Amino acid sequence: MGEMLRVSDLNVFYGSIHAIKDVSFHVNEGEIVTLIGANGAGKTTTMHAISGLLKPKSGTIDFLGSRISQMEAHKIIRLGLAQVPEGRRVFSQLSVQENLSMGAFTRKDGATAIANDLEMVFERLPRLKERRKQQAGTLSGGEQQMLAIGRALMCKPKMLLLDEPSMGLSPLLVKEIFKIIQDVNKSGVTVLLVEQNAKMALEIADRAYVLETGTVKMEGPADELANNIEVRKAYLGC
Amino acid sequence: MEFLSYLINGISLGSVYAIIALGYTMVYGIAKMLNFAHGDVIMVGSYIVFIAVNQMGLPPLVAIVLSMAVCTVLGIVIERFAYKPLRGASSLAVLITAIGVSYLLQNLALLIWGADPKSFTSVVGIPPLHLAGGQLVISGETIVTIVVGAIIMAGLIFFVNNTKMGRAMLAVSEDKGAAQLMGINVNSTIAMTFAIGSALAAVAGVLLCSAYPTLQPTTGAMPGIKAFTAAVFGGIGSIPGAFVGGILLGIIEIMSKAYISTQLADAIVFAVLIIVLLVRPTGLMGKKISEKV
Repeated sequence: MGEMLRVSDLNVFYGSIHAIKDVSFHVNEGEIVTLIGANGAGKTTTMHAISGLLKPKSGTIDFLGSRISQMEAHKIIRLGLAQVPEGRRVFSQLSVQENLSMGAFTRKDGATAIANDLEMVFERLPRLKERRKQQAGTLSGGEQQMLAIGRALMCKPKMLLLDEPSMGLSPLLVKEIFKIIQDVNKSGVTVLLVEQNAKMALEIADRAYVLETGTVKMEGPADELANNIEVRKAYLGC
Repeated sequence: MEFLSYLINGISLGSVYAIIALGYTMVYGIAKMLNFAHGDVIMVGSYIVFIAVNQMGLPPLVAIVLSMAVCTVLGIVIERFAYKPLRGASSLAVLITAIGVSYLLQNLALLIWGADPKSFTSVVGIPPLHLAGGQLVISGETIVTIVVGAIIMAGLIFFVNNTKMGRAMLAVSEDKGAAQLMGINVNSTIAMTFAIGSALAAVAGVLLCSAYPTLQPTTGAMPGIKAFTAAVFGGIGSIPGAFVGGILLGIIEIMSKAYISTQLADAIVFAVLIIVLLVRPTGLMGKKISEKV
């Protein structure tokens, strides 16, 4: 299990706000790693810094041997690092299928390979197949989340960044989405998961980092953190 | 018969507005800004054709291609140096910059080509069409304008829906951040949109000056404003909207001139815009963006 992603001493500013302070963590190949923390802890900011939507002030981010901390977002995805953004951000005017082919935008391995992967995504997310011609904006929240995941899978990522996939979904749907995330991971995609729903995230993750006001407060194996008194009090409500 | 002739002239003028409006609406859709210098790109395009034909003796078609090339470069340069540094700035700052670029182009034209109007010789070599035993005469310019307008419209819709770059434009217009996460280069997509819009402006300039043959540095201003009106009228950001808005505006203008008053025609055009916006604030074909929270 080699190291896939390493974030070292990351500092990110959101305007004048010092949102991320000296954050370091890493993700090994094949793992599910989760960043948990309350609203405003800096989870999404960290994600945006990794995917290139925000440029860090200092610190480094390395993905599979490439330094990506100052790379443009549209180049980072070409390395095999895809993000499922917070709030899903599907292209609501486009159909489900068009959204999925948008995910394959960077691929150059031919229409047949892309069509095969489209079928694979439909197999994995059958609800999308039923609605393939429907405008993405008319889908329910859970379906949009599935679409956002499917769209990210269409670029054949080595690693998937998931930002609050449970947001606004019913407990039943959250379970379904997390099952999908586990399946995706089992098929060989490394996962970095950002979640407010700490309980669910710790259940499926191998390791976890607890973010608080922009710094890493705790880290360790997910099951250990799930049993930690402080974590239980602050994030699990028990 | 008279009515039919006015209608055809209206569609022809409307086609020119539509071609210009496409530039406004595409740039608005992608970059979320109003490029008020767009009208002046039309003027530059017309001067290039004028010089190429009258002073360099080039054949009209070559002149038009040259003019499109110059305007494409001009559009990219304007975007790169005037608007790109303002990405992320307030929309008011961008708007004022656009007005500044508009005046810059007009004054540069004044400096280079002078203030006296040039009389533009039509580049259309097609003879007028006589219909209904000579009762209905359609000029070659009118025919060419309508045909070119239809071709551009069909081509653009095909481009946006069926090519990779076109799809990238759709994605960027909806969500820049998400488009970047798909691997789309937002900056080059915006630059390309300006390039296409400006090339179309060159075509519009030639058509406009062939039908209304006076060319001076302010030539682009009024058609620019009217095409902008057409884009808003049809629903800014919508490509079919720009086309429908342009054609309707052309018809309304010609009909007002013919049946109501030449002097009031422009006022009527803008009054119609105000009424449409009161009833449908998003324009005739504007999308209502429903957001799920």
